[in-house]
Amino acid sequence: MSDPVLKVQNYTVEFWVDGTWYPAAIDMNFEVAAGQVLAIVGESGSGKSTTAMGIMSLLATNARTSGSIKIKGSEVLGADNATLRKFRGKEVAYIFQEPMTALNPVYTVGFQIVETLRTHFDIGPTEARLRAIELIGMVEIPEPETAFDKYPHQLSGGQRQRAMIAQSLACDPALLVADEPTTALDVTVQAEILDLMRGLKTRLNSAILLITHDMGVVADMADEILVMKDGNTVEHGSADQIFNRPQHPYTQELLGAVPKLGSTKARPFPYKVDAKPAPVIKLENVTIEYPKRGRIPAFTAVKDFSLEIYPGEIVGLVGESGSGKTTVGRASIGLIPIKEGSINIVGNDISQATLKELKGIRRHTGIVFQDPASSLNPRLPIGESIGEPIFLAGLAKGADLDHKVEELLNSVELPRSYRNRYPHELSGGQRQRVGIARALALTPDLLIADEPTSALDVSVQARFLELLQELQGKLNFACLFISHDLAVVDILAHRIAVMQNGRLVESGDRDSILKNPQDPYTQRLLAAVPVPNPAEQALRREARLAAK
Amino acid sequence: MAFGRKKNSVEVSQTDGGENAIANKEVEGLSQRQIVLRRFVRHRAAMISLFVLISVVVFVFTASEFHIGPVGWNGWWHYTINDAPDLLRCPNGNVGCPTLTITPGKNFGLGAHPFGQDDIGHDYFALVMRGAQRSLLVTFIIGLIAGTIGTVIGSIAGFYRGRVDNALMRLVDFLITIPSIIIGSVIGYHFGNLGATFLALYLGLFAWTGLSRLVRGEFLTLRERDFVDAARVAGASNRRIIFKHILPNAVGVIIVSVTLLMSGAILLETALSYLGFGVVEPDVSLGLLISKYQDSFTTRPWLFWYPGLFIITIALSINFIGDGLRDAFDPRQRRRITKKDRARASEIKKERESLS
Repeated sequence: MSDPVLKVQNYTVEFWVDGTWYPAAIDMNFEVAAGQVLAIVGESGSGKSTTAMGIMSLLATNARTSGSIKIKGSEVLGADNATLRKFRGKEVAYIFQEPMTALNPVYTVGFQIVETLRTHFDIGPTEARLRAIELIGMVEIPEPETAFDKYPHQLSGGQRQRAMIAQSLACDPALLVADEPTTALDVTVQAEILDLMRGLKTRLNSAILLITHDMGVVADMADEILVMKDGNTVEHGSADQIFNRPQHPYTQELLGAVPKLGSTKARPFPYKVDAKPAPVIKLENVTIEYPKRGRIPAFTAVKDFSLEIYPGEIVGLVGESGSGKTTVGRASIGLIPIKEGSINIVGNDISQATLKELKGIRRHTGIVFQDPASSLNPRLPIGESIGEPIFLAGLAKGADLDHKVEELLNSVELPRSYRNRYPHELSGGQRQRVGIARALALTPDLLIADEPTSALDVSVQARFLELLQELQGKLNFACLFISHDLAVVDILAHRIAVMQNGRLVESGDRDSILKNPQDPYTQRLLAAVPVPNPAEQALRREARLAAK
Repeated sequence: MAFGRKKNSVEVSQTDGGENAIANKEVEGLSQRQIVLRRFVRHRAAMISLFVLISVVVFVFTASEFHIGPVGWNGWWHYTINDAPDLLRCPNGNVGCPTLTITPGKNFGLGAHPFGQDDIGHDYFALVMRGAQRSLLVTFIIGLIAGTIGTVIGSIAGFYRGRVDNALMRLVDFLITIPSIIIGSVIGYHFGNLGATFLALYLGLFAWTGLSRLVRGEFLTLRERDFVDAARVAGASNRRIIFKHILPNAVGVIIVSVTLLMSGAILLETALSYLGFGVVEPDVSLGLLISKYQDSFTTRPWLFWYPGLFIITIALSINFIGDGLRDAFDPRQRRRITKKDRARASEIKKERESLS
């Protein structure tokens, strides 16, 4: 066997924080050969990104490293900056998670690729331009000549990621480090990007180091897998080994926590299908428009949308980014005015309601937001955040209120002492629980959950979903669960509604949507979801490519 | 991170009764105000500065005579700013040196003129006291008025946006084009010598523009955050959202800006006094004293020292108090854990262990 492209031995990274060294990656040993994909998997804080950044010494100044990292046989750990610069971009290229922030917004995409080319090769501007256009074509961005002169904000999310891949491929790197390359993308786009990366790997025979938390992506791409936890290598083996015969309990748990499509048991409706009770919320032909601002024309986010949710039922609203699902969620509790149609909540039309009436209607509703970092007031202790709806509704005050807040904290399984903590002192999962506690403070009839798990790790997500189900069983509220993740919706929902470009493309009970989708868009969406099983995923991939 | 069911490290005892007071204290609900106050009290630099500032205010305002309308008092210092006793000759041949001696010896104590005397024999201590009174008044009045107006207008513009915002911001644009030194001069020219209080009032009415733009910017970003929507869903009124939810998050910007504004006010007053429109003789202010005796720096430096000392003390204290307030409002600021805290923590732990 030839020399591996990347060989890491006894590699340890520590950070100097508050007077002590905190290890972020401990005694890492792995190698990647040309044409191979090694995936490093782990939850947030496990040290996977640190490992990736450390390969090219891109760590913060408070880090210290030891061990050895060899690229094509030459040691790069501890090398001086001049040496490293020769490797960066040329031998090792990075693809970052968020292309919007990794690309410089004031330069055109083409300029940035040309810059990389001309730093490493002795070529003239015209030649570099031609090569850049060729690269842009290679990553399948339509009309490479026009795309060359576009700024990052003029491209879609998927195209931006493609542009970044084009830039990283500029010098035919021997090693491609992809740090969560598809996390910010929709599933259908993700599938395309993964196809592209796979194609390029075979064509250029590069080694790929893939950092991700998504077991589906891993199953789709990886030859070899390294599982990390708290800086330690927990398990290391081939994809087949890890997925089919995981040895370490952590790996088993990690795989167990990943929601799988079509694996949950039947869930009976909480009402008789032929004698439905009055709906908790009824949206009829709703059209929502963002009014024009300055020169930006008005934008219709949701068009002719109808949906009913009955008591005790969870309806999953699925769609990709920009499909208008969040807009529907916000409009449902009167945070966004609607242009046409009507929204009825427990018999009150909120499209006509005055502010005062709206306040009354909102007592029947609660909302959990997507981003736990932004949905809680950073200056308020969480006890106050949770108690606020009760206080404002005039239901309790003083010691009474304290008692209610404690009860709510108990119900979401947080200790009472957390009430005086600030949101930043809590983990993402805990914050999201606080969000639920606040949403349920007034025991609403309707809960809107807007992607509550998208910022959480799988294990935390699994626990969160369990908790939500428990609470729903106990309090029997109706729930509109908005998500881009079909597997999550599969676990929770009785019925599923699919949105695309502001329209409802399909809706029906869970099994009929997931097992027998009628609309081509739903079919595409389902086909694009990577499943955490390499063999099955390979079959799905072929089926998807054949359907193209 | 543990998988599956996550156990929290802090076990909470649910048993009733007075099991231990510490656990109860830990879960006792605290309002935002209580927590902010607690954190402020713990901020050592801010507390010292607050103490210094209050001492300076009390000292300065009781030392020399002070009148607002009919109320007022004559200070405990035996000279007024109008008294001009004979110039004393000092040991080194100079005249009017400070007699304040803090090193032990036979001259220890205040002496006849602790801060010395000016050209014609006025007691400099009396002058500095009166000057500090005026400067403090100007600083606080400008800070208070400009701070309030700037915060309110900035909040309203940023929160309501649209037409309200446009109208208010055009007003700001208009005011910002006029330098405050010119406003001060025009006011001084038109109304003659109004005295420090009224001058500060007028200046305060024009000095809020920068602050209001900063506050507006903060509000524009903060109002889009989810917690504002969450508060709205909870049934909060616009007023509550502005004052309870958004304003505390903008407090860092406001405090930093207001403290700078207050330090700047001292300089503005100095500049106007220098032009003859601010505080004019026979009244004095610290700025006026410094500008009047700036030529004496080499020969009689104390004429420079003492007003300078007061300006620095006042400005620094205000800045440190501002720092403390900002930290107290910002929950992400962690207090350093001292040895004392550690000792207390281990004591509590032992106590708990012995109880259980």
